[in-house]
Amino acid sequence: MSAFLMPSLGADMEAGTLVEQLMSPGDNVTRGDVIAAIETQKGVIEIEVFEDGVLDAWLVDPGTKVPVGTPLAMIRSTSDSSAADPDTPDTPEPEAPQPHDPKPASVPREDPAPHDPAPQGPGPEVPMPEGPFPEIPVPEDRAATGPAPTPPRQRISPAARRLAAQTGVDLHSLGTGAARPITRSDIASLGQSQSPAQSDMRAAIAAAMSRSKREIPHYYLSHSVDLTKAEAFITAENAKRAPDERLLLGALYLKALARAVKKVPEMNGTFEEGEFHQSEAVHAGLAIALRSGGLVAPALFDTDRQNLDDLMTSMRDLIARVRAGRYRARELSEATITLSSLGDRGVDQLYGVIYPPQVAIVGIGTPALRPWIEGAKVVPRLTATLTLAADHRVSDGRRGALFLTAIAKHLQRPETL
Amino acid sequence: MTDMTVEAALAEELHRIAPDIALDDIDRTQDLREEFDIDSMDFLTLVTALGKRFDLDMPEADYPKMESYDALLEYLRSKTA
Repeated sequence: MSAFLMPSLGADMEAGTLVEQLMSPGDNVTRGDVIAAIETQKGVIEIEVFEDGVLDAWLVDPGTKVPVGTPLAMIRSTSDSSAADPDTPDTPEPEAPQPHDPKPASVPREDPAPHDPAPQGPGPEVPMPEGPFPEIPVPEDRAATGPAPTPPRQRISPAARRLAAQTGVDLHSLGTGAARPITRSDIASLGQSQSPAQSDMRAAIAAAMSRSKREIPHYYLSHSVDLTKAEAFITAENAKRAPDERLLLGALYLKALARAVKKVPEMNGTFEEGEFHQSEAVHAGLAIALRSGGLVAPALFDTDRQNLDDLMTSMRDLIARVRAGRYRARELSEATITLSSLGDRGVDQLYGVIYPPQVAIVGIGTPALRPWIEGAKVVPRLTATLTLAADHRVSDGRRGALFLTAIAKHLQRPETL
Repeated sequence: MTDMTVEAALAEELHRIAPDIALDDIDRTQDLREEFDIDSMDFLTLVTALGKRFDLDMPEADYPKMESYDALLEYLRSKTA
């Protein structure tokens, strides 16, 4: 028997809310199964189990916010012979001290509110020269104050709960006692406009980017790349293909980046606890803008091992899920390098901020026809500006330059990608 | 296929991709992708959906005929007429 814990999905995450239990006690679980959805500052994220076994019991009710590390469920391992009594798979075994009541689960949460200095008056403890505190950040997430008082449970459909979490609707503000369960459309009719979920997203981005700028000594490089051949390759391929099989330049960028990483591997990995951990696998994080504002950069796993068609399929799948607010915990935490492409309606170039603990981010500006020197002539070519922001603790400009030119070279031979 | 259903289908597919943009709020003669704030992947998704719905190839070479809402509507009408 082992406990399935609220995972940490980044250094800036302290707590999460269980919004959906996607498996039931008695279900067989296999490593990699999506067992639950949790809400964090970054939205609703699906989390996976890391072992094979049988889900024994849930310890936390949906809607409950708990600190990272809190047991969410108990999983009976298949190798757990002691519990292997096939006749009574569902017996609630009393051995584990299970905080089945939702209340205890929400208690250990350190609520910042009580620490507010307001009621204490001018306490001598903190040397703050200006008496009145300027805008005490009564915390960013109002959601934190939500679940504590456990009013009578309102019945609510899972889809409604998910939407509420995504849009930041406080379920407790809906009142209770409605005769019918709350549905998705009830939630949709509420909370348009700027929601707490959006400001949470902004806070999460701010936390990660502040850490990046504080800890990572960035250096920046840029390089112009001729995309004429890449574009021609795509045009020729797509002329033969139905819409759902067509390629986008983005797939070529990803593949070229994954190839270049093989040549300059110190761009790919994480810097943690004072040292660089180079990653063998290439999991490129793809920066994806959300329509509601903000962006995320979830990983496309094994970018280097996928061909262009696989990459298109992966991108479509990932982008669709991100837009729907559903992506997996591993996708958020396991990217080894980030790619941010401005697409074909953007501006010339971007200056990336590295997403810690990664050590590099590649930017690709909007391709456009620009003057290019070929031989002794100026000719119009489709070009874009590649940029690199990388971590000086791990590499320097010479290696960075090699990396960018390698990407550019691979893009000159699209048929080999 | 009547005009009305073509227009309704287009509105529906656009809403699926850009649920936050109302048709009434856009300039139907201007760049579709800018008006609806959709990127190349969104546009490909739109083309894929419309192609399936109307059983059309929607070749990339015709993309220039789909640059605004009005142009795309006209394109669909001409192809499904």
